[in-house]
Amino acid sequence: MGWTLFLPLLIPLSTGIVLFGLRRRRRLVHTLAITASTLLLASAALLLFVVQRDGIQVVALGTWPAPYGIVLVADLLSASLLLVCVLVSWATVIYATTWIDPGRERAGFYSLVFILLLGVNGAFLTGDLFNLYVWFEVTLMASFVLLVLGVERGEVEGGIKYVSLNLIASAFFLSATGILYGLAGTLNLADLSQVLPSIDSHLVNLVAVLFGIAFGIKAGLFPLFFWLPASYHTPPVPVSALFAGLLTKVGVYALIRVFTLLFRQDPDWTHGILLACSALTMLTGVLGALVQQDIRRILSFHIVSQIGYMVFGLALLTPLGLASSVFYLIHHIVVKTNLFLIGGLVERVGRSSSLDRLGGIFRARAWLGIVFLIPAFSLAGIPPLSGFIAKLLVVRAGLDAGAYLATAVAVAVGLLTLMSMLKIWNEAFWKDPPTSGVLGDPNIPIRLVVPVLVLAAVTLLLGLLAEPLLDLSTQAAEQVLDADAYRAAVFGLHSSLENLTGGGVP
Amino acid sequence: MSTLTSIILRTAVRWISPLLLLFSVFLLLRGHHEPGGGFSGGLIAATGFALLTFGYSVRTAQRVLRIEPLSLTACGLVLALLSGLPSLLTGQPFLTGLWIDISLPGNVVLELGTPLLFDVGVYLAVIGATLTMLFEFAEE
Repeated sequence: MGWTLFLPLLIPLSTGIVLFGLRRRRRLVHTLAITASTLLLASAALLLFVVQRDGIQVVALGTWPAPYGIVLVADLLSASLLLVCVLVSWATVIYATTWIDPGRERAGFYSLVFILLLGVNGAFLTGDLFNLYVWFEVTLMASFVLLVLGVERGEVEGGIKYVSLNLIASAFFLSATGILYGLAGTLNLADLSQVLPSIDSHLVNLVAVLFGIAFGIKAGLFPLFFWLPASYHTPPVPVSALFAGLLTKVGVYALIRVFTLLFRQDPDWTHGILLACSALTMLTGVLGALVQQDIRRILSFHIVSQIGYMVFGLALLTPLGLASSVFYLIHHIVVKTNLFLIGGLVERVGRSSSLDRLGGIFRARAWLGIVFLIPAFSLAGIPPLSGFIAKLLVVRAGLDAGAYLATAVAVAVGLLTLMSMLKIWNEAFWKDPPTSGVLGDPNIPIRLVVPVLVLAAVTLLLGLLAEPLLDLSTQAAEQVLDADAYRAAVFGLHSSLENLTGGGVP
Repeated sequence: MSTLTSIILRTAVRWISPLLLLFSVFLLLRGHHEPGGGFSGGLIAATGFALLTFGYSVRTAQRVLRIEPLSLTACGLVLALLSGLPSLLTGQPFLTGLWIDISLPGNVVLELGTPLLFDVGVYLAVIGATLTMLFEFAEE
């Protein structure tokens, strides 16, 4: 019963443990890691298929019913995000098998990657706030170790910024959860959504702001984003790529979940703040990117800027707005991970990540230039790529909702993004190399190329055949806004559980 | 580690450490119905090894533990994971508790179940994680 729901948790957990035991046998670990991530991909696809066919899926762990026990819930939003996240981690794992040095591998690199995935998948699937906190912590621990693994003493600065800011976020999250439990007497999301309207709205608003700060730090929202560009360029490329794809998006997912299901009583106040923050996030992120000279730093600032677009749709709280958020999330996870992976290839060919010392890569590797242009143009929103449709949805949702100023910011930021992508193109690919003949590493291993090509193909497909994804995001948005359906799914299980044998409780 | 370990601490540790380990098992087994359980039991057991580290040396504590603490954590996670699986065979959700009663002579019924296995997993994982950190710091 409910196999599909906990396979995305069971596979990474057991793989993480097994790979830890075998961590000294490199070749075997590579095979197992790739196999497991492929299986995970299949299980996530199966889950999305089941959710799309049968509606919201719910499982009560240990047969303890909904408000008391812990439930796993998969709706279209969580299932589709799960699938994309697993897809980019599949690509990253393949890339990592060639990239990561044996020292890090022996220290348990792949094991940590799967524990990180466990945390991310758990955060998407849980239907309980405290459980969400636990999954965030699992993710944080794994990501911190990945960040500083194999780093020399004195080089951990980025890691320390990362972990301290995220610990502050966790403290906010935990206090907000505590206060909410004191107010409502439950932490089950479905139950909370039922209880909260009867509680003093000032108190609820206070808690909403606390959650906004906690998830805002995790998501990299203005003004709490500065840890992100400070840390994402330090670890090895696959780790950066994985973080870029997954971590902030879990924060955005959590924002979407609580600000649609729980805190909807006073949208002028809560979602007004979110709207202002999202516009400022877009703007500061892209401005930060424009002054950077290091590829991975530029890309890190763009993560921040793009987070603004995703939260923008949520702040509008309209079906179209949320659909644009979902579409944007899915498009962005693929594109951003791919850009980091390609950035790694550029570093490998040009032997530097600084734009000042790069150049002439298009002449040396024309295909790499073309593969770079696909996600780069998609990020900037050039038709017919996925980013164009995502931006179009955002702008339409903004105009429909009458948020003209923020929409204007979104359009302007799109142009600035294009400028910054063209800067990478001009400096790294087009201009003459600063010193002649320093292009290193003549052949790039196939395992570095395949993931990049697959993700680029996905970006192309999402743009050219956008219809199914558009339908999916629209349905997901409607489902997210329909709190009654969520409650019915979680508590509907309740009644059917009573018919089950009570063998679980001694 | 400090070289100034007092004879009083050493003598006390010889007696207290085994008692702490015994107490930790007591807490572990008591934990299902009353305060206690794998987490607090694991912490108490780790305290036993911590005392050995301070009274004697890291080496002594590592020798007494016999296996690498990180492996202990992995074993604990495996046990906890395995405890969730039997319920799947009976068609119930992951982690559903399954129990068997064993009647012992003298009207005692021993209840064994998968939650106990889960708790033992937590116990081992907590010992392993705590000692990994402790040994790492103590060696510096």
